[in-house]
Amino acid sequence: MKPGFWQRLDLWARNISPVGLSVVLILLSVIPTHIPGYGSIVPQLALMGIFHWTVFRPDLLPIIAVFAIGILQDALSGAPMGLNTIVYLTVFGVVLGQRRFFLGKTFWVEWLGFSIIAAGAALQAWLLLSAYHMHVLVPGPVFFQYLMTIGFYPLLAWLMGRWQRSILR
Amino acid sequence: MVKHGPGAQNRVDVIRNLLQRFAYLGLILAAFALMMLGKAETVIVEEARARINDAFAPILEAVAEPAETVRGYLAEARQFLAVHEENQRLSEENKRLLKWQTVARQVESENAVLRELLKFEVGPQATYKTARVISDDGGIFSESMLVYAGVREGVKNGQAVVTGEGLVGRIAGVAYRSARILLLSDLNSRIPVMIESSRARGIMIGRNEEKPILSKLPPGTIVSPGDRIVTSGHGGAFPQGIPVGQVSSVSDKAIEVTLYVDSSRLEIVRIIDYGLDGILDRDRLRTDLPKNDLPAKPVAQPVHTPIEMRTVVPKPGTERRPSEP
Repeated sequence: MKPGFWQRLDLWARNISPVGLSVVLILLSVIPTHIPGYGSIVPQLALMGIFHWTVFRPDLLPIIAVFAIGILQDALSGAPMGLNTIVYLTVFGVVLGQRRFFLGKTFWVEWLGFSIIAAGAALQAWLLLSAYHMHVLVPGPVFFQYLMTIGFYPLLAWLMGRWQRSILR
Repeated sequence: MVKHGPGAQNRVDVIRNLLQRFAYLGLILAAFALMMLGKAETVIVEEARARINDAFAPILEAVAEPAETVRGYLAEARQFLAVHEENQRLSEENKRLLKWQTVARQVESENAVLRELLKFEVGPQATYKTARVISDDGGIFSESMLVYAGVREGVKNGQAVVTGEGLVGRIAGVAYRSARILLLSDLNSRIPVMIESSRARGIMIGRNEEKPILSKLPPGTIVSPGDRIVTSGHGGAFPQGIPVGQVSSVSDKAIEVTLYVDSSRLEIVRIIDYGLDGILDRDRLRTDLPKNDLPAKPVAQPVHTPIEMRTVVPKPGTERRPSEP
């Protein structure tokens, strides 16, 4: 049976939601919070989205979407254009190669995996940024941002897991 | 659907895999190319960034406002608890300010008389535009923020951004309805400043850290913690005398400045139009600013072009500190 127009639209909307959610996460991470010092250690929310969807639904996260998400993050955060794009594409590539390792494992394994991947991403971002400015940047904020990122992961992973089960089926 | 054999299916998979890999490599290379183009200050990259920011600015502005209201209520509740101490503090401050008011009145009238005597011409009058901050600073990646005002409101590259407390930064990148403020702490920030008491001029350089440093001070300048730093007005881009910060520590390596404005609390800022293009004239100066406001090229080019005069902005990390010979 061929699905009707509305059914297809519904399915399309559901399937595009991982990318849409990632865009929302980027917006959330740039909104002014006015918490002193928070701005420099705001967690990399979009990175969590990319990790989660690459592990669980890579079919709904095409490479070009990862590229676009990176560009959006760079444009809004004022980072050198292409920097986060490279980081996200690398994470996407690495996780896609290792996703069998994460599937069907406990959440602790997933969290551990994420903290390793995020550490690599933070290091890569720091190296790229230092090379871009030709100036060795202090690693402190990068490290704190990394801690915030892994600290926030369980909450976001739970939300995205709920979304995955209820919306994407 | 046409049925394929297992072999055909395999082949399709292999081709798809190969295409994916090419797309992946291509996109990574594209991202690297973007970074290099950005480093070379290409117009397209900044234009693209401005367009993207403009597209999302209304959303960010819509979210920023209610968030501020909620925060306002919370702050009010907190103040309610501390109303007694606040009252005492304010009445003390009021006494102090009244004393200053008397001084200011005297100085003002004296100033007016002296100007009259000297036929002193007042500099260009600055006009202000008010804008809401709609993004947090870029964290480790850049010390900059978006404001919801752009070409539509008459914002231009290089204009100074201030609050009641002092200088915030300058405009670097303008789109139609949004603009980016480069904060004083950004690596690319270079502001002509002076020490208020001694009038010694220097450049304040951002480091992507909380405290910028002072550089290019004349040899022999005496700097001590607590000295007030204000804009010097050199280069004509900024008005003179905007408070910037206070010298917080002096060492052989660097003179650190604590800024008056806490950028994490910014909600509304004022953008100063000083009516001067000053050093930000693109034909004369290469800066880190995007060049989307580049004036149209003159039609008639001289046959013989002399060597271009350029002011060189030091790259971060290569500039000399005042303590060095």
